[in-house]
Amino acid sequence: MSILVLAEHQDGELAGATAHVVAAAQAIGGDIDVLVAGENVAAVADAAAKLDGVSKVRVADSAVFAHQLAEPLGDLLVSLADDYSHVLAVASTNGKNVLPRVAALKDVAQISEIIAVESPDTFKRPIYAGNAIATVQSSDALKVITVRTTGFDAVGESGSAAVEPVEQSIDNSLSAFIKETLAESDRPELGAAKVVISGGRGMGSAENFALLDGIADKLGAAIGASRAAVDAGFVPNDMQVGQTGKIVAPELYIAVGISGAIQHLAGMKDSKVIVAINKDEEAPIFQVADYGLVADLFEAVPELEGKL
Amino acid sequence: MKVLVAVKRVIDYNVKIRVKPDHSDVDLTNVKMAMNPFCEIAVEEAVRLKEKGIASEVVVATVGPKAAQEQLRTALALGADRAIHVQTDERVESLGAAKALAKIVEEEQPELVVLGKQAIDTDNNQTGQMLAALTGRPQGTFASVVEAQDGKLLVTREIDGGLQTLELTLPAIVTADLRLNEPRYAKLPDIMKAKKKPLDVKTPEELGVDVASTLTLVKVEPPAERQGGVKVSSVDELVDKLKNEAKVIS
Ligand SMILES: Cc1cc2nc3c(=O)[nH]c(=O)nc-3n(C[C@H](O)[C@H](O)[C@H](O)COP(=O)(O)OP(=O)(O)OC[C@H]3O[C@@H](n4cnc5c(N)ncnc54)[C@H](O)[C@@H]3O)c2cc1C
Ligand SMILES: Nc1ncnc2c1ncn2[C@@H]1O[C@H](COP(=O)(O)O)[C@@H](O)[C@H]1O
Repeated sequence: MSILVLAEHQDGELAGATAHVVAAAQAIGGDIDVLVAGENVAAVADAAAKLDGVSKVRVADSAVFAHQLAEPLGDLLVSLADDYSHVLAVASTNGKNVLPRVAALKDVAQISEIIAVESPDTFKRPIYAGNAIATVQSSDALKVITVRTTGFDAVGESGSAAVEPVEQSIDNSLSAFIKETLAESDRPELGAAKVVISGGRGMGSAENFALLDGIADKLGAAIGASRAAVDAGFVPNDMQVGQTGKIVAPELYIAVGISGAIQHLAGMKDSKVIVAINKDEEAPIFQVADYGLVADLFEAVPELEGKL
Repeated sequence: MKVLVAVKRVIDYNVKIRVKPDHSDVDLTNVKMAMNPFCEIAVEEAVRLKEKGIASEVVVATVGPKAAQEQLRTALALGADRAIHVQTDERVESLGAAKALAKIVEEEQPELVVLGKQAIDTDNNQTGQMLAALTGRPQGTFASVVEAQDGKLLVTREIDGGLQTLELTLPAIVTADLRLNEPRYAKLPDIMKAKKKPLDVKTPEELGVDVASTLTLVKVEPPAERQGGVKVSSVDELVDKLKNEAKVIS
């Protein structure tokens, strides 16, 4: 068996998530190649070559891959797929955007967001917002899979794989990149942070969300949000945690003014320790919280910040 | 332009599902079913395009059992003009749905196809991308803004780091994210009118597609139950527990 892992990267840096996907590839077993596709990605390729367990890094450096647009990237993966039994990517918006194309063009199923490998053709994945875990077996010759990073511990970085270019001549006349507005933040990335503090509709306004900054500063936490907080315009969409937002599993998750709808729980219930601060003692979030504090957040949050 | 919308019948998003005791699947007997929430958003977007005079006709399609006609009727009540039902009792996964939808695209030649970004039962998030690949059309997934401009489509996408805007050639495929719009509710007179709108039934065989899945559902289990913990009575107690019991802060 041989496995191709699509590297996730941003601004010339390899994303940490890739090391989790390589771990999933190791659990499947076989030779592992990493594909780095982008423009000016030499540094990304070097970082990928250090990941433990990787045999070879294949680099497709071209302007056509600059923004990871699905059409050319899908074509590239399809052109390489015949060498592999498995193609894996992070279950990020990027991986989810491109892998189904690869599967469809190879006429195979795609398996989304696996959290465990049972055998090379059998995987576990959450369905119904994580309220059930399905074990699925694929009879396809090629398995095309996105990996939920929280299911696999990252591999180390003591490898030294060979780096080689991929010859290709793919073009794209279907889609064009116009612009990107990316959130700038000095805080750790939501998916990778050890501590996450999230606010919900109970925060009341965008201004009030700043109340969480002090605790986040002290704990080195990332800040997340419920959908209701995003919909109300308190914070941007990239902060949404849940079934249709980011999936997080930090050491400590603090939910402030969040009721605990199943769609929110889907994104955080695998956190190691959950704290909930909510003024409604009946709020469903308390059913999953290790430590629940029934209190008005406008009093409890400043007090907590002071006492950390 | 003609707009095609794909809708899926799924469990109502408010229902807490149960796994069958024999772990063969989730138990859907007597469970409230509904249109997938992301499909409601897709229908709404198409209907708004029609109200703005940009769309000339809105066709809605589903692949699934007879009962899925309820969801087609809902879409008709919300403003779609006619419906196509690809009827099958197979367990249709995303690839099968995309193959059947690709045939409908071939027949109908819509300029725009709008799907939900994800069905909340399988949580697959694949069908739109697969349909785009199969039809050779560009895709704008996880869309929060869609604008037709000079014969092209501008799509703003919700991506992990923020927002991305792409320009797509038409015809194109779009998948709807949560913030694309807020769907309306169907009004009673519209529900009555919807009963008279055309609904065409076809089979996968008639379309010449195989919708069967190559994935076998080996078993379905409930997730590890998380035990609720304790209530603390003060911020001091919370800090103490986090430091000395959970040891997650120092
Ligand atoms: C298809 C679909 C997908 C979805 N995906 C997601 C998702 O990915 N993520 C997500 O989060 N949601 C998602 N949702 C929405 C979800 O169903 C809930 O509507 C949402 O999570 C509620 O957010 P909330 O808890 O902030 O708001 P609410 O449910 O309104 O809860 C606010 C809470 O704040 C408390 N509160 C208010 N004031 C105070 C105060 N002063 N002090 C302390 N507590 C206070 C209240 O007691 C209440 O419990 C999805 C829904 C659908 C249909
Ligand atoms: N059986 C189906 N019939 C019609 N549309 C579907 C079907 N399955 C999926 N879709 C469409 O594809 C979207 C995403 O579903 P999925 O990729 O399966 O998570 C849904 O919101 C629908 O718009």
